[in-house]
Amino acid sequence: MIGQIGRRLMATIPVMGVVAIAVFALLHITPGDPAVIIAGDYATSDDIARIRAKLGLNEPFVTQVGIWLGRIVRGDLGTSIFSGLPVSTLIRQRTEATIGLTLFAMLISVGVGVPLGVLAAWKKASLVDRLVMLFAVSGFSMPVFWLGFLLVYVFAISMHWLPVQGYRPLADGVWPFLRHLILPAVTLSVVYMALIARMTRASMLGVLSEDFIRTAFAKGLAPRRVLIHHALKNASLPVVTIIGIGFALLIGGAVVTESVFALPGLGRLTVDAIIRRDYPVIQGVILVVSGVYVLINLVVDVLYVVLDPRIRY
Amino acid sequence: MADLSRRHFIAGAAAVAATASAGLPAVHAQKRGGTMRFVPHADLKVLDPIWTTAYITRNHCYLIYDTLFGTDQNLQIKPQMVDKWSSANKGMKWSFTLRDGLKWHDGQPVVAEDAVESIKRWSKRDPLGKLLAAHTARIAAQDKKTFTLELAQPFGLVLEALGKPSSNVPFVMPARIAATPDSEQIKETIGSGPFRFVKDEWQPGNQVVYVRNPDYVPRNDAPSGSTGGKKVNLDRVVWKYIPDPATAAAALEAGEVDWYEQPSIDIAARLEGNKDIMVAIQDPRGTQGWIRPNHLQPPFNNKKARQALLYMVDQEKYLQAALGQPKYYRTCPAVFTCGGPFETGAGAVKQDVNKAKQLLKDSGYDGKPVVVLDPTDIPLTHGAALVSRELMTQVGFNVDLQAMDWSTVVARRAKKDPPAQGGWNVLFTWWIASDVINPAVHAGISGAGSSAWFGWPENGRIEELKIQWARATDKAAQKQIAEEIQKVALDEVMYVPFGQWVSPTAFRKSMQGFLQFPAPVFWSVSIA
Repeated sequence: MIGQIGRRLMATIPVMGVVAIAVFALLHITPGDPAVIIAGDYATSDDIARIRAKLGLNEPFVTQVGIWLGRIVRGDLGTSIFSGLPVSTLIRQRTEATIGLTLFAMLISVGVGVPLGVLAAWKKASLVDRLVMLFAVSGFSMPVFWLGFLLVYVFAISMHWLPVQGYRPLADGVWPFLRHLILPAVTLSVVYMALIARMTRASMLGVLSEDFIRTAFAKGLAPRRVLIHHALKNASLPVVTIIGIGFALLIGGAVVTESVFALPGLGRLTVDAIIRRDYPVIQGVILVVSGVYVLINLVVDVLYVVLDPRIRY
Repeated sequence: MADLSRRHFIAGAAAVAATASAGLPAVHAQKRGGTMRFVPHADLKVLDPIWTTAYITRNHCYLIYDTLFGTDQNLQIKPQMVDKWSSANKGMKWSFTLRDGLKWHDGQPVVAEDAVESIKRWSKRDPLGKLLAAHTARIAAQDKKTFTLELAQPFGLVLEALGKPSSNVPFVMPARIAATPDSEQIKETIGSGPFRFVKDEWQPGNQVVYVRNPDYVPRNDAPSGSTGGKKVNLDRVVWKYIPDPATAAAALEAGEVDWYEQPSIDIAARLEGNKDIMVAIQDPRGTQGWIRPNHLQPPFNNKKARQALLYMVDQEKYLQAALGQPKYYRTCPAVFTCGGPFETGAGAVKQDVNKAKQLLKDSGYDGKPVVVLDPTDIPLTHGAALVSRELMTQVGFNVDLQAMDWSTVVARRAKKDPPAQGGWNVLFTWWIASDVINPAVHAGISGAGSSAWFGWPENGRIEELKIQWARATDKAAQKQIAEEIQKVALDEVMYVPFGQWVSPTAFRKSMQGFLQFPAPVFWSVSIA
């Protein structure tokens, strides 16, 4: 297993290399020029040309890629064209909020979605099942910004229970940290909750019709034990995949939720950088996020083996 | 309708002026201390006020830097860092002496050399600065506190240049920092202004933090605009960037922030109904909207086609689409803004669609698509673009309205290529009144061809008149020349103004000492 993990980690290096070059190439063929944005309203063509030269944007594409990759290898993600701050600092400033939001949202999604899915499968075709599925369809259908504003209106503006917006780092205390994350995490989790509930239900239905489940019941085991220890464990592979994808997507940024709740996360950092064509920031964030994707995939693969010892890579 | 708009506009501005001035006597009795939580109109990304013209950077710099002169609420230039000044030899030689007690945030004293280097760097980028530099023979420090400026040719705008209120503002920074080439951003943010910037707490896209500068020595006179006694009551100012307007408004209503700089007009209407919130006008001089044709490319390389645009425009229609609420806007044909010292109706025309059609026909327009850039993420210019499409089609243009985000417009507008190769024919933009209030600062009337503002009109007559205006030393002569410039600018259709408006700002009533100025200022302000 350790050897397999090591091989998978080594395999991420060429993947990251391809991602890096693809990101760089895509950015440089999209319309927009940071030099023009920097130069401002009074800039002449000469001013813009001077800024382009200063930023190295006049160099041939291959040279620019080479310079950037050289820096990446040295662990230097570069510096924001606009703020002058290192990209690594900008990413670090946003990481805690993003990870906090992701963990909290996934915790709620799994904590509610999995039991609902199990319950719906157990009570198949009953009112409970239909209500769970109604909730799941509603969860998919509700636009995040709408739900976000609705929650803000009810819990922040009308009841004054929670803040409208903002973020407090963990260093300020656990409660202030959680208090600022409750509404965004609930908003985000509804979609994943619905997805996980549906996936769990579908997977559980398949497992519950298996012979070994019938045997377990025939042995006189309690339904809870059968459901959790026998059925859920065997039904969990697709659910783990969905959770992995959800983690990866949320780490990449929940832009709408971050904007609605003014959370300083990686999603907004990326969108702001794209709007301004701040190439080093876009490249740095995408590179880091794609690295996280690769690692999450690896974790999911390892979990497959843990959950189902029959699986061999 | 124009009269109604004007009345509402003036009434709105006057009401706020009254509010602002009513707050002034309380300044000295106001509570000291506390944190002001402010939602700026944009995210602060760039810290160098010379490197960019972005208003958010200008606003940031007003907290941490000071200026030699400032502009008060009535557009009068008054000394700020300067204590005494004199001019001799018919305004050809100027001498400036700095106030006592000025210190940089690192504790070093401010010296005359700092002012000289700051002016030099500013005059490499700013249009008015460039004009001053072109008329200057020598600028040098005489001692620690005094510097002189000798002109090579008469120039009537020395104080106006040094007290310029909007981007680029000639902020004074330490000489070693001002020595940074103007094509590079400054690396340190050390000012001598009333607040200090806390760089460690700066998170682009999230927050900017300032603390009171305990060493700041304010003037003794009352604050007005960027002049007067910048007495600081607050310990700390936190700019909290909230990208979503509805969230920002909700945060203001919930008391999580104290001041929301620029709510949209529909949100301001909602906030007006909240008894704890005051909706006011930040800059009563307002903002001017432009329709800018590209003078390099057909059909607008032909004066008659440009005049077709001019005769096509009904400002009321544009303003209604872009802003909606008449109390915030007014129709205004004046190139140098209505309410400004150079307001005039000279050369203005009324909408005449038939004449526009005839002019377009006379221009020999061949029916090729006219590329109109439509920034859909800016409601104001998007509204103007939609109205233009309707009117241009009515006049006979074959309109190709291209939807894009503002950043793409900013990149695209710099392209001089034909529209079919990535260029453009018409764009929409806006400028605050302070940036278009006279011929020296107004980018839209530059006839400098390839070095003029995007659209690149070339007109020797207007350039000549601008020099005459800058050299005129009496106000009557300046006014007459400005009128002539406007006539030429409208006849040549350097651009088409589509109206003037003011923007609301909203703050909780627990905030006192609000001052009107193009930038939000935090001296005088306190939190009850």
